[in-house]
Amino acid sequence: MARGHHDVGGLPGAGPIDQSQHELSDWEIMADAVNQALGVRGIKRTDEMRRAREEMDSESYRNMNYYERWIASIETILIEKGILRKDEIDRKVAEFEKKWGEP
Amino acid sequence: MIHPATGRFKQGDAVRVLDEDRRGHIRTPYYIRGKVGWVERVYGDFLNPESLAFGGDGLPRRTLYLVAFNQADVWGGTQAPRDKLLVDIYEHWLEPPSQGGRNDERS
Amino acid sequence: MSVADEHGHEHPKHELSHQAKRIYAIRDLLLEKGVISEKDIQCQIEYQEARSPANGAKLVARSWVDPEFKARLIAEPKAACAEMGIDATAINEFVVLENTDRVRHMVVCTLCSCYPRPILGRPPDWYKSFNYRQRSVNDPRGVMREFGLVLSDDVEVRVHDSTADIRYLVLPLRPKGTEGLTEAELAKLVTRDSMIGVMDPLPAVPTP
Repeated sequence: MARGHHDVGGLPGAGPIDQSQHELSDWEIMADAVNQALGVRGIKRTDEMRRAREEMDSESYRNMNYYERWIASIETILIEKGILRKDEIDRKVAEFEKKWGEP
Repeated sequence: MIHPATGRFKQGDAVRVLDEDRRGHIRTPYYIRGKVGWVERVYGDFLNPESLAFGGDGLPRRTLYLVAFNQADVWGGTQAPRDKLLVDIYEHWLEPPSQGGRNDERS
Repeated sequence: MSVADEHGHEHPKHELSHQAKRIYAIRDLLLEKGVISEKDIQCQIEYQEARSPANGAKLVARSWVDPEFKARLIAEPKAACAEMGIDATAINEFVVLENTDRVRHMVVCTLCSCYPRPILGRPPDWYKSFNYRQRSVNDPRGVMREFGLVLSDDVEVRVHDSTADIRYLVLPLRPKGTEGLTEAELAKLVTRDSMIGVMDPLPAVPTP
């Protein structure tokens, strides 16, 4: 039976629990806020976001951290709903990089 | 009970979790498939996440149950004998233990 | 270096990761298109800042000193929160799990990281980790040992995997020898991790 990469309960090989806590970066706080704002406005549902994460490629799912996965699923759902397009997000990122003097 | 419930199971009923390979957005974890437990609480009818996840309206509502399992029944005899595992499971993932499924003598 | 944009915000440095840059791009585009507003974002930032384990600790401490409040908290959790000035309206459904001498509860979301955020704020990194999501269901006692809690087999450990809309809050057991403490002092013993259930609250006095 197929098992999603998110469906990890009881999987063997888990190690000790790392109890360290990182302070949230501004971008993580922003991801949280944008996600919640979209929810409050009824633009997306939590169930859609979860499904988007389940549909990600498994390598990305394991390698991204928590908020990176959120951002990827926000993007997927907004594009799916026709609210944003990938090329305009790419263009905006390129504008930032130009402004900030990306090497 | 949190919401009105239209489902067929009541508190105390033995139930088996379906062992089917269903696609889509499933909130019944892999580790509990095919296991037999009992209804601890009937939470009532909720919108179906399997539909909501794809932009659907979540209808018809499904009855959600708090289903309890002996840890030993889920993972084997190395678990502490009193310990339990409780999972929130929707009606359409449950059946009476006597009906179909694996030939499982545990109750 | 950071650059202010037309919204008057400082942009972070260009060393941001791929996804980090994308959320800023997404934010700007959503604002430009009027999908969400600056106020929406600011509201959410403030809402999240206002939520912390102190809310849960207040509920627990009140329950320890007032048995009738405890009964109300267990029967109608959202209404009991409102009594204490805690806004739990964003939680769909909320169940309080009472620990006793004979029973300890532990909460996990193996499928993602569902957590009672309106009560406790953001979940800790460890709660969201693969190791916790994997081991909590089949090795809860091992996890509890890592957090300093060792239980005999006489105590029943009940692990809740919150797979649906129900959010769980553990009501920890009041530590022995705390009869003389005020509610505020009791609240200080209630750690976030004791309301997830991986440990008991702090003892009244440091153990030798």
